[in-house]
Amino acid sequence: MELVQNFPFMSIILSLFSGPLCSILNGKWAKRVNTAVIILVGAMSAAVLVFVLDTGEPFIYRMGHFPAPWGNEIRVGVLEAFMAGFFCVIMLLCMMGGAREREQHIEESKRNLYYVMVNLLLCSLLALIYTNDLFTAYVFVEINTISACGLIMIRQTGRTIEAATRYMIMSLLGSGLLLLGICHLYAVTGHLLMSNIAQQVQVLAATYQYHTTLMVALGLMSVGLAIKSALYPFHAWLPDAYGYSTLSSSAILSSLVSKGYIFLLLKIFYRVMGFQVVTESRVVNVLFVFGILGMLMGSVNAIRTEDLKRMISYSSVAQIGYIYMGLGLATEAGTVASIYHVLSHAATKSLLFVAAAGLTDASRGNHFKDITGAGYRNKLAGVAFTTGSLSMVGMPMFSGFISKLFFAQAAVGHGVKMLPTFIALAISTILNAIYFMKTVIRIYTPMPKSEGRTISIEEQPSKSAALLLFVLLNLILGLNSEPVIRLIQSGLKMFD
Amino acid sequence: MSKKVPEEEYQKTFSGKFRQWMDGTKDPFLGTVEMKKQESFQETPQKKEEREQDKKRLTERVYDIGNNLELKIFQRFYRVFSALFCIFLVVMLLMAVSDLPPFGHEENPVNNEVAARYIEKGLEETGAVNIVTGMILDYRAFDTLGESHVLFIATCTVLILLRVDKKDDREVHETNDRIHEPKNDMILQTVARILVPPILIFGIYIILAGHLGPGGGFSGGAVIGAGLILYLNAFGFARTEKFFTAKTYRRMSFAALACYSVAKSYSFYTGANHIESVIPLGTPGTILSSGLILILNICVGIVVAGTMYTFYVMFRKGNY
Repeated sequence: MELVQNFPFMSIILSLFSGPLCSILNGKWAKRVNTAVIILVGAMSAAVLVFVLDTGEPFIYRMGHFPAPWGNEIRVGVLEAFMAGFFCVIMLLCMMGGAREREQHIEESKRNLYYVMVNLLLCSLLALIYTNDLFTAYVFVEINTISACGLIMIRQTGRTIEAATRYMIMSLLGSGLLLLGICHLYAVTGHLLMSNIAQQVQVLAATYQYHTTLMVALGLMSVGLAIKSALYPFHAWLPDAYGYSTLSSSAILSSLVSKGYIFLLLKIFYRVMGFQVVTESRVVNVLFVFGILGMLMGSVNAIRTEDLKRMISYSSVAQIGYIYMGLGLATEAGTVASIYHVLSHAATKSLLFVAAAGLTDASRGNHFKDITGAGYRNKLAGVAFTTGSLSMVGMPMFSGFISKLFFAQAAVGHGVKMLPTFIALAISTILNAIYFMKTVIRIYTPMPKSEGRTISIEEQPSKSAALLLFVLLNLILGLNSEPVIRLIQSGLKMFD
Repeated sequence: MSKKVPEEEYQKTFSGKFRQWMDGTKDPFLGTVEMKKQESFQETPQKKEEREQDKKRLTERVYDIGNNLELKIFQRFYRVFSALFCIFLVVMLLMAVSDLPPFGHEENPVNNEVAARYIEKGLEETGAVNIVTGMILDYRAFDTLGESHVLFIATCTVLILLRVDKKDDREVHETNDRIHEPKNDMILQTVARILVPPILIFGIYIILAGHLGPGGGFSGGAVIGAGLILYLNAFGFARTEKFFTAKTYRRMSFAALACYSVAKSYSFYTGANHIESVIPLGTPGTILSSGLILILNICVGIVVAGTMYTFYVMFRKGNY
């Protein structure tokens, strides 16, 4: 076994170890440790990606001295390594962009606890991405939930405490349903390892044994993870949680936490249940319908909101709807489009959050009226916000366009689902344009009397750097979509 | 022949005191134990007004409940739909349960090669007489590693929410704690003096014997944590803070979790790379056996005990 193959395990252990380490350091050192860990894990993931692309097949890493159905194992393919690396990049940029807000919002003595949360969140995301065992996934879902809660409420205002309570209740309901689903699945298959469950499920599906239980288990797991990733009717916790928490928290929550659960759901669909079984069950249709509802209702709510950060949060509901709609198409092209949208949304939404913070910094407050002309007062944030908005609306050159294109392509020739997809895409694009363009126009409306203050690029170097890199990432995803799509396709082939 | 004792002297003897206590003429604890009646809840008009204004602001300005059409519609349909939804869920889950394999049947899918190997080879491969411990700390140690970090991160979240750091707030909490929890309760102190040492020793025993019989880090740690909480209640923070503060907790849990991570990293690394592990399994049944399991149990025990104690302190006072 080569050294590179140890890297996924090392990155999980490293981020896990750095959590308790940060709790005994002071805020300053904890920040350094956190940055170093994210960079190191990102570099290791890149090395793993190169290795897997080179060999062209996934590898299994045994966690301990016992082979898989008895012990734990992790499984690494192209998609897993790519996701891990990409998540690290986004997380690093989010932490960079929100550094100043963290100092304002978090009491000094509690600052190191923030980095404990972020490190363990990174660890849980990595474990969700790499694990090949359903119960291990559940354990790390728990870590993910609790640390996300901590990220929300570390800025202690009444609003965030309420948001965290809401998030806690909804998210624990989701975890409970997921666990119930795993229990049902275990009772009829006798395994927790994904590959072994898949074998048993094939046998059961062929002989039509335990059909009800299988369907109930699939339904419970899908609903549980849908609640946790804020699919439309379960999105009530989202706007407050993203809207009022400190900047790096909202950026990380919107771009990474919900995506980790979607990745797990993808794993359950492809690797655990087998795509055939999932397609034959009607669970995908339910996800499709709710995805489309989310695309429309999320945008409608965003139009009605007058708070900049909450508007961006509601837009997340719409974007999560896109991803579930792609999964609901139940074709490979639809799944590829969904995964691409996971990347595109992660890059764009965190950009929008950071840029919005830059705009409100240069204004009196978060309210829509306050940000008039903010694009002139903080030039870089204005440009970055415009980029993000254009990407969300789906202008060519930016990543949002590519994902919409792929969603439309995936729907072509699908029969029943083709027309609803097209109509939903069209309406949703218009709605997106309404609220994003209205904001862009507002920030570039000249104000006769200058309210707020002017912020130059040099004033906040780390935020400016983060914004520039986000814009760059968006352009790379938008202009160079071909290799990314190929990567996703080859990763998906290795997936099951 | 009994000697006649004068009344005054009799009252001072043990039987005299017992007699008085039985008759209810004298309470031996009166004046020796700090007692305080619970005050009935009284609100000053100023505070009441403040509270009502807060509520008004919340319902009118923050949420605008009166004009919220969505909320009105929601409230109207909520009861009907929640009942319908619950019935649907119950029926669906009952259907699923009735479809499940019968409980405890030997041909169930659960009784497969996985369980067979745990039972047949568990002792030989892990060295632990207690198969459950062998399973959670050796076969599936990665899950347990995650699980102990769940406890750690839960404590950190409680610290974020409840820890009081500002000096003025701390003093307020200190006096509040003094009011709500009277100290120097003689009954409690006497009982605690007798009970706490056996509780702690029993907890340590459960942890150390986790690989030999029922027990382990999670249950033993919970027992130790309960013992510490009892000690704190009887003797107050002044005594416990001599040996247990937030700093101690953080260092201890870091040491335990780091030890766990390092130990398990070694065995994951050697296991995956097919390197022979140098850790001997020892003779099953002796205290120093079963490889890393004993150390891991101790680590988990420390984390669990610290977590329980910290939870209690945070909810009671907010700092220690």
